[in-house]
Amino acid sequence: MTALFLRDLILSVRAGGGFGLALAFFLIVTVLVPFGVGPESATLALIAPGILWLGALLACLLSLDRIFALDYDDGTLAVLATAPVPMEGIVVVKAAAHWITTGLPLVIAAPVFAILLSLPPAQFGWLILSLGLGTPALSMIGAFGAALTVGIKRGGLLLSLLVLPLYVPTLIFGAEVVTRAGSGENAGTALAFLAGITAGSLALLPFAAAAAIRVNLR
Amino acid sequence: MLRFCRWKGQPVTLTATDLACARGGIPILEGVSFGVPDGRALILRGPNGIGKTTLLRCLVGLQPLLRGHVAPGPDACAYASHADAVKTALSVAENLRFWSEIYGAGGIDAALQAMDLTALSTRPAAQLSAGQTRRLGLARLLLTGRPIWVLDEPTVALDRASVALFAKAVLDHCAAGGSAVIATHIDLGLEAETLDLSAYRARELGAGDFDEAFL
Repeated sequence: MTALFLRDLILSVRAGGGFGLALAFFLIVTVLVPFGVGPESATLALIAPGILWLGALLACLLSLDRIFALDYDDGTLAVLATAPVPMEGIVVVKAAAHWITTGLPLVIAAPVFAILLSLPPAQFGWLILSLGLGTPALSMIGAFGAALTVGIKRGGLLLSLLVLPLYVPTLIFGAEVVTRAGSGENAGTALAFLAGITAGSLALLPFAAAAAIRVNLR
Repeated sequence: MLRFCRWKGQPVTLTATDLACARGGIPILEGVSFGVPDGRALILRGPNGIGKTTLLRCLVGLQPLLRGHVAPGPDACAYASHADAVKTALSVAENLRFWSEIYGAGGIDAALQAMDLTALSTRPAAQLSAGQTRRLGLARLLLTGRPIWVLDEPTVALDRASVALFAKAVLDHCAAGGSAVIATHIDLGLEAETLDLSAYRARELGAGDFDEAFL
């Protein structure tokens, strides 16, 4: 298990691994928004939570199809399925590696990008907290989608169509946390819902994803 | 003299009883029965599309059987398919070390040596030739520590010297009490029994059979 985790991390920083891709995409999205919306700080601060969450979500989506597709193509997934490791564990480990390489950098870099969107510094803490609680769900739900589409040639688009609707609750509550914190309301409820979604997906989806992979390997 | 590679303390005999397998929902093999005692190898033969790969995938549990029983279970089998399960971004040694940790095996030196990969160990797998990649894929088998090797066309892309090297690895595995089921079209130079799958082709579901279910 540890070996698989480390291997996924190493592969992501080697040539063609795509580490930093999500971060660069996130940066471009946040830089482009003021060009489209206009530079007024008040407008930007109003939409910043939503844009930041949407950017994080799309950046996460970029590398989802790599979670299982590469291992499926070179036969590694079939061998892992016959190896003495549970498929559920493989799913969790690969989702965790995906979060470390895409979600975690986004969480850490988010305050820097928030400056570009004139988000008031008082909300930075809430932004980090909500992204930190929410992005693991993005990786886990994404891993489930990737498991469903593994083995389909050019399954990336189908994966996006499957996964994006499942991201809606995370997006709503994630952005709501930051917005409520900005307007002085109680952000705790939204934060609790966000954490609940993450905990629920971490608890249930590994089993669903593992079942989907076993079917797709037949 | 015999160094038994023991599986739960006992030499393992692979027994397949009255197997039926399907590919894409269509039954292609039925009534396949065979036994491979420890120390022996079984060569599967048959024309393209007869179901060699399907049978092997059923043996290692990647695909459900329509009917029949295989003992012991998939946990006793090490599988090598057409794909080599090699990560091109990792070096030869890194690839093997990963599998060695997955299977809880010791060092990788013996496996490197057996497949003549020692000189290539620091080379990125992306730079290997097709035959060298195949040898790296087969070296993984030596790390699994499992008694039954299930191999699908293992000699594709191998030159004559590498085929001999591979045959020796299979012989050593059998001498240590293991066994192997190998689908291949070439002569490996192994003393092994041969099973021609042509005799087990599934009777096609004719229109008459289909109607019967509704009448």
